[in-house]
Amino acid sequence: MINETFMRILNIDLNTSKIRIDQRADLMPYLGGVGIASKLLEETMHPELDALHPDQPIIFAIGAGTWVFPVLTKTVAMFRSPLTNELGESYAGGRLAMTMLMAGYDAIVITGKASKPVFVSIKNNDIAFNDARAFWGIDSEPTGQAIRERLEGGGKRSIIRIGPAGENQVAFASVCVDSFRHFGRLGLGAVMGSKNLKAMTVTGDRSIPIHDTKNYFKVYQQIYKKCTTTDMMQKYHDAGTAIGLRSLSVSNSLPTYNLKTTTYEHADDISGEEFARKNLVRKVACTGCPVGCIHIGMYRREFDKGHEYEAISVPYDYELMFALGSYLGIKTTDEIIALIDEVEETGMDAISAGVCLGWATEAVENGLIDESDTLVPLKFGDTEGYLKAIRYLSKGKNKFYRNLGKGSKYASSIYGGADFAMHYAGNETPGYHTGYASAVGFAVASRHSHLDNGGYQIDQSVKEVNPEDLVSKIFFEEHDRCMVNGIGMCMFARKIYDHQTIIEALNSIGWNLTEQDLEQIGKRILRTKLRIKAKYGFSQKAVRLPKRFFETPTMHGVLDETIVNQMMKLYIAKANDMMCEPDPVLETLAAEQKAATDKVAAVKTATKAGVEKAVAKPATEKAAQG
Amino acid sequence: MAKYLSASEMNKCIGCFTCMNICSIVNKQNHSNTKSAIKVRTRGGMTGRFVAIVCIACDDPACMEACPSGALVKREGGGVLLKPELCIGCHRCEKACIMQAVFWDDDINKPIICRHCGSCAKFCPHKCLEMVEAGEK
Repeated sequence: MINETFMRILNIDLNTSKIRIDQRADLMPYLGGVGIASKLLEETMHPELDALHPDQPIIFAIGAGTWVFPVLTKTVAMFRSPLTNELGESYAGGRLAMTMLMAGYDAIVITGKASKPVFVSIKNNDIAFNDARAFWGIDSEPTGQAIRERLEGGGKRSIIRIGPAGENQVAFASVCVDSFRHFGRLGLGAVMGSKNLKAMTVTGDRSIPIHDTKNYFKVYQQIYKKCTTTDMMQKYHDAGTAIGLRSLSVSNSLPTYNLKTTTYEHADDISGEEFARKNLVRKVACTGCPVGCIHIGMYRREFDKGHEYEAISVPYDYELMFALGSYLGIKTTDEIIALIDEVEETGMDAISAGVCLGWATEAVENGLIDESDTLVPLKFGDTEGYLKAIRYLSKGKNKFYRNLGKGSKYASSIYGGADFAMHYAGNETPGYHTGYASAVGFAVASRHSHLDNGGYQIDQSVKEVNPEDLVSKIFFEEHDRCMVNGIGMCMFARKIYDHQTIIEALNSIGWNLTEQDLEQIGKRILRTKLRIKAKYGFSQKAVRLPKRFFETPTMHGVLDETIVNQMMKLYIAKANDMMCEPDPVLETLAAEQKAATDKVAAVKTATKAGVEKAVAKPATEKAAQG
Repeated sequence: MAKYLSASEMNKCIGCFTCMNICSIVNKQNHSNTKSAIKVRTRGGMTGRFVAIVCIACDDPACMEACPSGALVKREGGGVLLKPELCIGCHRCEKACIMQAVFWDDDINKPIICRHCGSCAKFCPHKCLEMVEAGEK
C-alpha cells in the first residue's frame, strides 16, 4: 500500500456477510498484484475440494504502482480453475484497479457462498450485500446497466459481473469488467456463479498524499513521455492488436478451421485493416492508460423486415478475431462482431468458446456427434448455427452442451476426437501456432496462457531453432513477468517498463528496490505459483499435447515432437533448480517472526511462572502455619 | 493575454483519466482523483460518451457572487481564484455553479477551484483539452 509498509486486505465471507481487514507487513516481499494474490491463494486454498466448492477463495489484487504510473491498469484474479482444475489466474483492465486503490485495498479475498444471489458493493467506508435475485439469468450488459442506475458514484466506480454462463458454471465463464474488459480465461465467472455472486462494485474516494512530489512527478513524466511520444505502444492504439491477423496468416501461424491449417484464405476479409475500415467507431482506454487500445467495432443488424435496424457494438481484439473468426471459418467482420456480442452477453471466454466450437464442428464432420447433440447444424463458416450454439453452451441446454461447457479436453474424453481438441493442459489454445516457443511456452506456462511467457513473440523474434536458447528465453519471461505483474502492468507496456524504469518508479513512491530484488521477487512469486500447482495435483511431466499441434505447420515448419519433449525436459530442470534456490529475504522474515513469537511465548511463560509463584506462596505459608 | 482551459474536443476522449491524475498531482500533491478540479465521466456508462466537468471560466462568475467572505476573486481571462485563508467552507460556491464544476476537498473543507493552469491540457494524450486565449470564446 502506497506510503505504508504493509498490504491491506479485505476479506469477505459470503456465508455470514461479514468482513475482516488484515494489515500484512509480511506480504511486502511479494510486491503486489500476482505476488500477494499467489501468497493469499496459497494460504486460503483447498486442494482437497472441487474448484466450485463454496470454501474455495477468489482473490483480486492490484499492483505496487497501480494508477500512480501510466498503463499500470491491471487487476489480477486468482482462484482454482474449474477448466483445468489447477491454477486459475486472469487479468482485467477497466477501472477496477484504480477503484481498489482509491478504496484502500491491495487485495480482496472472497470465500463462502451467499444463500441467495447477491451483488456486493465495496467502498472505502462501507460494504453492502445487495439482493441480486432479479438479476439472475440476465445477460452481462443489462446487469451492468441496472447496477449503474441504482448506485451512485459514476466515473470513479467499477462494476464487474457475470452472465448466464457464469451462473450455470460453464468452466470457461468470464467476468465482464466495466463493459469493455474481462477476466476472460480459466473460468472465474463460474467460480463467482458458484458463490451466488452475480456482481461486485468498487468505489473509493480516499485521499492519498504524495510524499515526494518532485521526484515522483519527474519519473511519472519520463514514463508518460515514453508512452505517448515514442512508437513503443503506437500499434496498440492505431489499429490495435487486430493488425497482427494478416501477417500471422501469411506466416503460417493463424489457427484456422480448428487448426487444420494456419493460413486463412479469408484473412484479408477479417483483418485488422478491414475492421478499422468497416467497423471501428471508437477507441477507449483503461483508467490510467494514455494509450487507449480498446477498439470498439459496430455493425448494423437488421432485426426485422421493413428497415428495422439496431447497432451492435463490441470491443474487438486479435484473440477474439481468431477464436470467433478464422478458427470457425467466419468470413466477414460483421459476423465476427455478432459472435463476439453473443459471447459477451452470455459471459464466456471468447478463446475457449471459439476453440470448443471448433472442436465440436470437426467432431460433427467426423461423425463423433450429430445434430441430436448439437441441436443446430454446426458447420465452419455458419454464423447462425454458432450464435445459437453459444447461447446453448452458456445455458447448458442439453447433456452435450453441459459436457462441452467443461472444456474441449473433457468433451473429447467423452466423445473422442482428443487428437484435434486443441488445448494446453486443459486450457484452449490461444491464437498463435508460431513454433517451438509457443507450443512449449504455453504447455509449461503456469496458467497455460500466451501472456505467461510470450512464447509466440519469441518465435517471431528468432530465425533459427535453438532449443536451449528458446527454453532460457521462455524461463526468463516466465519469472520476469511474475514480477511485472506484481506492479500491475498491462503487458502492452512491456517495452516501457524495463527494470531500471520499474526501480525508479517504485523507489519514487517509497520502495527501496535494486535490480537483484526484482529478480528475487519474480522467482519468489513463480515458486509460490508452482507450489500451488503441485498442491492441486498438477505435474508438468504428465502434460500431453494433442497430435494436431505436430501436424499443422508453424512459421518454423511442422513441429518435431522429439524437440518439443526435449525442450519440456530442459524447462522442467530449470524450474526444479529454481525451486531449490534459497530465498534470504523470506528466511530473514521467518527468523524475525519466530523471534517475535518466541519473545511473546517467553513473556507468557514468565508471567505464568510469576502467577504460579504468587499463588503457590500463600499456600506454602498456610502449610507452614498449619 | 491570459488563457483559459477549454474542454472543447471531448469527442476525442478515450477516458484515460490522465487529466484528473495530473491535476491532483500538480495542484494537490495527491494521488486521489477526488482532488482534481476536472472530472471526466461518462453519460450512460462506459458505452456512453465521455464528458468533462470543469470550470468554463465565466466572465461573470456566479460562484464568486455567492461567496459571502470574498474568498473567490476574479481571474484575468475568466473564472476565479481561491484565497483559502478567507474561505469559511460554506459550500455556497459549490451550489451556485450551474455547471456543477466546483468540487469539494473534504480534508480541508474548502472548494476545489480550477486555476486554469493548463497542466491537464499539457498531458491530455488526445488533445481534447486546450488552453485558449480569453476572448476567443
